[in-house]
Order: sequence, then structure tokens, then C-alpha cells
Amino acid sequence: MRCEDVARMLPETVEGTPVDLAMQTHIESCLRCQAELARYRRMLRALQQLRTRFLEPSPSLLAQTLATLEEAGERHAVRSLLSGRRLAYAGAIGGAALATAGTAAALILARSRRRTAVA
Amino acid sequence: MSTDPTAELRAEVDRLVAAAREGDRAAFDELVRRTYVDTYTLAMRLTANEEDARDVVQESYLRAWKGIKRFRGDAQFSTWLYRITANAAATLVQKRRRRRAESLDTVDEPIDTSIEGQPEAAAESAIGLEDLARAVAALPPKLRSIVVLKDVYGLSHEAIAEDLGISVAAAKVRLHRGRKRLRDVLFEEGGRSAHAV
Repeated sequence: MRCEDVARMLPETVEGTPVDLAMQTHIESCLRCQAELARYRRMLRALQQLRTRFLEPSPSLLAQTLATLEEAGERHAVRSLLSGRRLAYAGAIGGAALATAGTAAALILARSRRRTAVA
Repeated sequence: MSTDPTAELRAEVDRLVAAAREGDRAAFDELVRRTYVDTYTLAMRLTANEEDARDVVQESYLRAWKGIKRFRGDAQFSTWLYRITANAAATLVQKRRRRRAESLDTVDEPIDTSIEGQPEAAAESAIGLEDLARAVAALPPKLRSIVVLKDVYGLSHEAIAEDLGISVAAAKVRLHRGRKRLRDVLFEEGGRSAHAV
């Protein structure tokens, strides 16, 4: 195995992923690859430290975020109200249409019975 | 009687999450107050842009509020929020990319106010964290998001792949490339001559 082969595989072996025997043997006997592995490990440790390096947002971010949530809540409430009203309107219209249809059917039925009786 | 402050804080967050799941907006607002610096930091690391990070924070909390009922507490609230933030950032970066050519050399550098100053650890690592943060910010967005989520925040490949809408294999390949590029930038070593052993 050559250094460049090891170098290609180092980025994913740095976390302790099992490596094949040839690679392990090479690293044990190659100072250059040992140094390269050490670099990756240092880099990984430093990256983990970034986790607790907080960046301070501008003071307005919190207020804006809370305001955005508030607005979204209000929009949702209005939408619920409108959809509730829409349902009520639809129900009323549907009911009226049904009543009209029923009345018309009853009238037609009554008229046809009368005609039958006259005949 | 001694009490563990971390456990107390976690219990308080759990209580707030439970209340928020019941629709308590005040409880959710309190969660926002307690977590927004962390969320902003992740958003900045992912987008490397102040304006985008602010949009991501707001979008993340909107999504979190809408989806809080689905949060079952299998993971920590912070991890759940990281994943929402990662997803919101990925969506925003995609949209932005369509609209503007990315100029990574004009990255806004916000003030670093680390609350856990670790000079010893920083010295031991022998890599300046400021330089590292700058190098991470300069990575191409696709590589940067994987490196940040995996190596900084410790999310699994599976979770990252799901949140970014890519395969696990693609996530692994991008992590490999991201680490390699970061290493090249940090150690400024231009290629190594191969030698057989």
C-alpha cells in the first residue's frame, strides 16, 4: 500500500472506523502517514470544539422570531375562523337547496296524484 | 441536598416542551428564548451568511411550532431542533443558489462570544478555532453542511441524509470530500509525493 492510497482513505478512518490490515500495517511503519492521521484527528477535535463556540446574533433576532410566530398564529386563527364560517355558509346553502328540492318534489308528486284522480 | 443543574435544566425544558405540545404558546416562546442562540449558531455555520441565518432561525421555529405535537421525546429537543434547522437551511440555500451566484469570499463574520472559553483545549488542538470557523464557512455549501452536522454537531449519517434529502452514501462521500478540503486549507500542504512502503 502507498501513502497516497492511505491518504485517500484517512478522512473516513479518522473516527475509528475499522481499517484493513494493509492500511494499518502501512500507518504503523510510515511516519508521514502517522503525521497525516494526527492532523485529521486534531482537525476533528477542533471541529468538535466549535460546538460550544456560540455566535451572538443581533439583539433584534429574538424579538423578530417571536413576532413571526405571533403573526403566523394570528394568520392561522383567521384562517380557521374563515374556514369555519365557510363551512357554516356551505351547510346553510346545502340545507336550503335540499329543502327547496324536497318541496319541489312534494309539489310534483301531489300534482301528478291529482291528475291521476281526475282521470 | 445537592441537585444536578444540568438535570434540572433538562427537566425544565421537558416541562416546557410538554406544555408547548398542548398548544401553550408562552411555553414555546420560552423555549425559543432558551435555544435561539444555539439555533442561530448552527444556522450561521450552515449558511455562512448573517441574513440567511436569521431567515433560517425564523423558519425553523415556525416549523418547530407547527410540528411540536409530532415531537415524541425520543431524542433531545435540541437535537430535534438541529434537524429542523438543517432542513430549513438546506431549503433556503437551494432557493438562494437559484437566485444569486454565491460569493463565499464575502462571508459575514459575526462576533464570537463563546460562553465556554476553552483556551487550553484550543491550544492543545493547535488549530485556531477562528481559522477553523472561517475555513468551514468557505467550504462549498454541500460539503459545509455535512461537515457541520456530522463533525461539529455529531448527527448520524442517516439523520443528515434524511434532513438534507440525499442518500446515506452521498452523505458519506460529501463528508469525505469536505474533510479532505478542510484539511488542505488548514494545513496548507500542496500534495504529497507517493512512496511505497
